[in-house]
Amino acid sequence: MSLIGTLARLEAVRSGRAQPAATVRHRHLSERPLVLVPLTTAGEAGAPLGALVGTDRDTPRLLVVPQPRDRDLRFAFLAALADIVLPYVDGYAEAVEAAERTETDPETGKRVKVEVELCADAPQLIVPSRAGIDFVRLLGRSMRFRRTAEQDPEAPYPAPPRVPLLGRWLTHFGERARVPGSSLLLAVTEVLARHWTTGQSSLEDQHLGALLAWIDPPEGISGAGAALRAELARDADGQLLCPPAGPATDPAFDNKLLAPAIERYDRARARLAAAEDGVEADDRFGELSAAEGQIRALVESRMRPTWDAVWRGLDLLRALPEGAHVAERWTRDRWSFTGHRDRVAAGEPPQPRRDDAVTAANKLATREREQSRLDAQEALDDPLVMAGRRLAGEAFAGEVTDVVMAYSEGKRPSPRPLVTVRTEDRPHLGERAKVYRSLGGKPQAAEFVGYEGWIGEGPGGHGGNGAGRDPGGAGADLVVLRIVDKMGRGREPEAGSVPEKGDRVCFTLFEHEQRGGAKLPEPEETPWTHGGPPGEADAPPQPDPVTEEDVL
Amino acid sequence: MTVFARPGSAFDPGAAAARATEAILNDTLHRAHRGVVVDSPPGAGKSTLVVRAALELASAGRPLMVIAQTNAQVDDLVLRLAEKEPGLPVGRLHSSDPDPYDKALDDLPNVRKSAKAKDLAGLDVVISTAAKWAHVKDVEPWRHAIVDEAYQMRSDALLAVAGLFERALFVGDPGQLDPFAIVGAEQWAGLSYDPSASAVTTLLAHNPELPQHRLPVSWRLPASAAPLVSDAFYPYTPFRSGTGHGDRRLSFGVPSDGSGPDRVIDEAAETGWGLLELPARHTPRTDPEAVRAVAAVVRRLLDRGGAAVSERAADPVPLTADRIAVGTAHRDQAAAVRSALADLGVTDVTVDTANRLQGREFDVTVVLHPLSGRPDATAFHLETGRLCVLASRHRHACIVVCRAGVTELLDDHPSTEPVQLGVTVRFPDGWEANHAVLAHLSEHRVTWRP
Repeated sequence: MSLIGTLARLEAVRSGRAQPAATVRHRHLSERPLVLVPLTTAGEAGAPLGALVGTDRDTPRLLVVPQPRDRDLRFAFLAALADIVLPYVDGYAEAVEAAERTETDPETGKRVKVEVELCADAPQLIVPSRAGIDFVRLLGRSMRFRRTAEQDPEAPYPAPPRVPLLGRWLTHFGERARVPGSSLLLAVTEVLARHWTTGQSSLEDQHLGALLAWIDPPEGISGAGAALRAELARDADGQLLCPPAGPATDPAFDNKLLAPAIERYDRARARLAAAEDGVEADDRFGELSAAEGQIRALVESRMRPTWDAVWRGLDLLRALPEGAHVAERWTRDRWSFTGHRDRVAAGEPPQPRRDDAVTAANKLATREREQSRLDAQEALDDPLVMAGRRLAGEAFAGEVTDVVMAYSEGKRPSPRPLVTVRTEDRPHLGERAKVYRSLGGKPQAAEFVGYEGWIGEGPGGHGGNGAGRDPGGAGADLVVLRIVDKMGRGREPEAGSVPEKGDRVCFTLFEHEQRGGAKLPEPEETPWTHGGPPGEADAPPQPDPVTEEDVL
Repeated sequence: MTVFARPGSAFDPGAAAARATEAILNDTLHRAHRGVVVDSPPGAGKSTLVVRAALELASAGRPLMVIAQTNAQVDDLVLRLAEKEPGLPVGRLHSSDPDPYDKALDDLPNVRKSAKAKDLAGLDVVISTAAKWAHVKDVEPWRHAIVDEAYQMRSDALLAVAGLFERALFVGDPGQLDPFAIVGAEQWAGLSYDPSASAVTTLLAHNPELPQHRLPVSWRLPASAAPLVSDAFYPYTPFRSGTGHGDRRLSFGVPSDGSGPDRVIDEAAETGWGLLELPARHTPRTDPEAVRAVAAVVRRLLDRGGAAVSERAADPVPLTADRIAVGTAHRDQAAAVRSALADLGVTDVTVDTANRLQGREFDVTVVLHPLSGRPDATAFHLETGRLCVLASRHRHACIVVCRAGVTELLDDHPSTEPVQLGVTVRFPDGWEANHAVLAHLSEHRVTWRP
């Protein structure tokens, strides 16, 4: 954890309330997000128990699997989920704007601009916690290779029509969520923890109830007390007052309430199957419905508090103004959404089970670039985040105390003004380190020359080794920088391109914009070091062979 | 170079190293394999091997590309090549940033420098970083490549350049720091081509039949250090030191003043290792007391008029600031040590993190232990390679500054990294290696309350 994070945590402990970790909102929030609160069955990976889902906080759709081990009921649940999620996703596929993209012309091999469609907005899926994101990914994986009766009449257990498509979309959301700064699929706990620092461990921050208790405690209780209550308090029956945000459920709930209810349901089903005539069947169908109703009520009672908490979290986040670079990052999410929309429309096969070598390397490179971009943009958008970077020695702010005009050597001397900045920060400036400041949204580079008073005083006098700083370290340093670009083409720098005496400036040691990496070979040109080209890429991916465990 | 034979054994380090080199060159030049892998422990003559292989390949008329990981490594290789064979036409492919290469290269008449690979076509040897090579497209593949520091190269970086050569010699030190990714890469763990794994891991996963060699002798590490480093970090591929116990000596003109730093310096001069142990305490990363202790040790090393005797020179060589380095785990610790040294008027001592000290060599190193003062032991601090780098940069002595209680800390934090299917478990793990080093250091402990 960063130093400022540790300090904020200590302050939160002392004050009993979460401390702001950001002054603006660093993630995009849709006007109309689709919130999904899923629950899973203990003991069986990927067996949904139920879900609350919808775009309206007052009327969530309740989906429940009364017997989670029944594959037919599970398919019915997934089909119902597809009927909610897919229309929502499709709702964003139609409205497009024209955009340009650079592509390699297949004939000439030149880079050319092509006109393409970009969806004007994109869907946004919100789940309560990180585990919820994993669950979305798991559901996606379990569905996208399923075959419908239409695709494969021979399939022994055909999936309902739209289920494989839902799997592909959930897989896309889950994969996109791994890209730093993306907002197609967000976990409320993660976004809240990004914007507030609580007095508990980051592990405890994954408990939505406890996290909200720290950020917005009820009247008269400290955040710490409310968080403890959210985590531990139980009613007379031993049930948690604040059920976990899932998808896992509380064992006490499973054992004392859910298991007996499912048992009643199973019995009622067996009795219905054994009914001998219509009248008896009618009666027993009533029993079965009642048993199912009980399970639905039980499951809803565990999910509803989480559903409300998710919306409360969204309210808290919406109260923060959006960061300046958030829209730019959301545009990348829109590109991602548009790209997958096009792949689905073009009839491409579902995402493969495993990435090939080139795809994996490309994804890793993209994510590393996005991480650096996110770190830089958050700092530029938010003085509190920048304060953390300054405290870590990765940036410094101060007042310009002197500007001396100087020029580069050579035939056409260019301006290379020397700017002295008085700062109380302690940046880790190495010899000739590059630093950057934001000038009208573009980065202007400068080079660290030394600390004033020590420049040119023999070996070791330069700042790279820390000499020349105020010994004792309490006061301010005078940092001398040489501005090297963004001053125009002329001999005299353009107006406003060089800081003036008295200006407040903030320089960072990290770059503001990320260079694109080198282009990797195409997958079919995978070199021998990486196993050569992958096998038949066009072959439809086969589902895992069914094992005994699958039909327990 | 002194050739030292241990009493009672016929081990001749010079001959053993020469045999290994011959076998490597034979496989590289005359066998049909597409790749040859060479594991080199610290200071085993990896750079010498690379230079020699490059010269032999060039003289055999095979166009050669050399891939190194950093610009400093590339410039160093160019200088070494030019020193050995001034007439050899060498190309230095560089980036288009300002000051892309060492100015010393401008003095070499047969070294051509360019940011475009086409300008360097036809030269016997072309050298650049992996990152720059990745941008080279549409060229005739080289018949041969040498990949230097291949264990520090990431698999995805090799993927980007492997199309440029037909066959390659991969050289590196498996014990040093693994490459890392700044985002999670668990998604691909266990895949043979995991992009965050090292280039050699991927290469061998796909081509297990490639010949693998190892250099058996460390010329850098003294006889006091080689057994410990070999046992702790290379338990299955042991190596020996090229020199014997009597070949290197460190002595000081000014006698000890009895302080902690002086006592630990004497211990290290005598035995090759010293542990300056401060009282147990949980501290911030830039523990001011520990940082000051490091600076005090360096100051005294310089003040006491050290002289190093080694096989390299007949006469004792003065222990000057450029022969001393300070190693830390974190950059802010390095910055704090630099500041503390500046306060004591020391400016020319190298102070850096393990990552940046990789591949470098000094007479004496002073190490701030990665776990000193910590309340927890994370995977970062336990990483085997980090400790290995810090404990294997010295020719004479290594002094570790550490707070007491690290043994208990290790016992409280057994490694709990999740086991990933398909990932080869690395031995030794950092936990075990840390214990092994601490156990050895405790025999050279000097406790001090500043």
